[in-house]
Amino acid sequence: MSIRERLSGNEAAAIAMKQINPDVVAAFPITPSTEIPQYFSTFVSNGAVDTEFVAVESEHSAMSACIGAEAAGSRAMTATSANGLSLMWEMIYIASSLRLPIVMSLVNRAVSGPLNIHNDHSDAMGVRDAGWIMLFSENNQEAYDNLLMAHRIAEHKDVLLPLMVCQDGFITSHSIENIELVEDEKVKEFVGKYKPEHYLLNRNEPMAIGPLDVQPYLFEHKYQQANAMRNAKKVIEEVSKEFEKMTGRKYSFFEEYKLDDAEIAIVCMNSTAGTTKYVVDALRAKGVKAGLLKLRMFRPFPAEEIAKALSHLKAVAVLDKSDSLNGAGGALFEDVASSMYVNNEHVPIVNYVYGIGGRDTTSYDIEGVYKDLEEIAKTGKIDNPYRYFGVRREK
Amino acid sequence: MIEIRWHGRGGQGAKTASLLLADAAFNTGRYIQGFPEYGPERMGAPITAYNRISTEPITIHSNIYEPDYVVVVDDTLLDSVDVTAGLKKEGAIVINTTKGADEIRPKLKNYEGEVYTIDARKISLETLGKYFPNTPMLAAIVKVSKVMTDEELLNDMEGSFKHKFAKKPEVIEGNMNALKMALNEVKKI
Repeated sequence: MSIRERLSGNEAAAIAMKQINPDVVAAFPITPSTEIPQYFSTFVSNGAVDTEFVAVESEHSAMSACIGAEAAGSRAMTATSANGLSLMWEMIYIASSLRLPIVMSLVNRAVSGPLNIHNDHSDAMGVRDAGWIMLFSENNQEAYDNLLMAHRIAEHKDVLLPLMVCQDGFITSHSIENIELVEDEKVKEFVGKYKPEHYLLNRNEPMAIGPLDVQPYLFEHKYQQANAMRNAKKVIEEVSKEFEKMTGRKYSFFEEYKLDDAEIAIVCMNSTAGTTKYVVDALRAKGVKAGLLKLRMFRPFPAEEIAKALSHLKAVAVLDKSDSLNGAGGALFEDVASSMYVNNEHVPIVNYVYGIGGRDTTSYDIEGVYKDLEEIAKTGKIDNPYRYFGVRREK
Repeated sequence: MIEIRWHGRGGQGAKTASLLLADAAFNTGRYIQGFPEYGPERMGAPITAYNRISTEPITIHSNIYEPDYVVVVDDTLLDSVDVTAGLKKEGAIVINTTKGADEIRPKLKNYEGEVYTIDARKISLETLGKYFPNTPMLAAIVKVSKVMTDEELLNDMEGSFKHKFAKKPEVIEGNMNALKMALNEVKKI
């Protein structure tokens, strides 16, 4: 029997960490993720976990401490947001290239400036090529569930990559909602013990970590990293199936919501997917064949599967909660559009940048997107594929 | 699904009240959301908080623009905030005030729905000796919205207060009395 609770997204992440009981947590507070290490530190003080909590002086040090801990052979976790992640930047790449399966809770927030503490995905998009597995979460439940699955995926011998679980700052991190928790014992059994094959504190196998890697070697190491990311797909699928057996909650690379017989669809991530479901239900009641593809696994990117899932549609809108400021499309749009093109699926596709800096994403906004899609489906015409909604601008 | 919007000033406990309501509704078996709208917060600045309460899972994750009910924790907000914006006319607004219909109604932009008032200051001072309007306002909105029965609220809040004030048991009775008085005193104008 699962445990019926009501928790904020941050509480849910902290409880997941408590149940995982990692060896080391190193973190520095930054809004809106601050509560995660804050709650976790109380678990440490109360003896609910036996984790070594390292209260570092910056996020660069937080990631460095996680790298040291993980390389030594222990399980390490952290949490951060936006500029905290920016300060980790250097070490984010070191973590993945050293193949250290560190797990991070990333509570998505706009990267300054000007200074803004509210939600968008610019922090996550900034590390999309850093070699981390990236899972996105619609609500507190998914943030919790993704964390419970994280170590099994990251630590798998075919993967050995760090993993971040994203959720929307404030929108889910600070909203109290219903959640089903898994019993402590079941989590412990599911997550299992961390048994690294190679680690620094193994005196029988002295080794160097992160030495100079010049022209004859770096390329091969990067190629191995890329292959590990490819391998992660199969592992994510397997672990998700096992998780479903335990909880009844089904997770795939993405969720297809009323997509099978849809004619128009939105592709998006995190909490906006929930609002989109609400709108899809309302439109379906009016006979509009609207659907949703909610992406959970952004890295690795399920290109072939997405192209197939969208192939039958008459028009698709990809929503980016981060502006790539490139004069063209947002990051998610580029990935989806290239997936379609490469897999020879030619469906009219448009991009909307939205929700920047915590601008509220309303059901009316989403309805507007579906309205545009109906028009595109009818005429096949796209005047401007690079669109925005929710922004004020000069007429 | 019932949607409630709270208007208060930073420090008055509107956010806490919305979380308490979410908690109480959760304990009656509902699906709930309780969340504040975070702005540049400081004591005394207008703040907004929200509740969704439903018998079905809730997926929408936006602020609330067409609430069924609005709670105004501080009547000075009526001059500066459009508290009835989008408020459904089948719904109601509950205002913490000592003023009567002739003074309040004109500030509500011809709102056609029901208007309730309660003197949360008096109740709070009488029962708690200090001004904490959130407990009486919580009872008032439960009474008006009927999201649960008076009994369900009182039973649940007694448990919450016992937990929350484990180290200050002397304030439990005062808070319970504040709820009971508010349930009786909230009135339609």
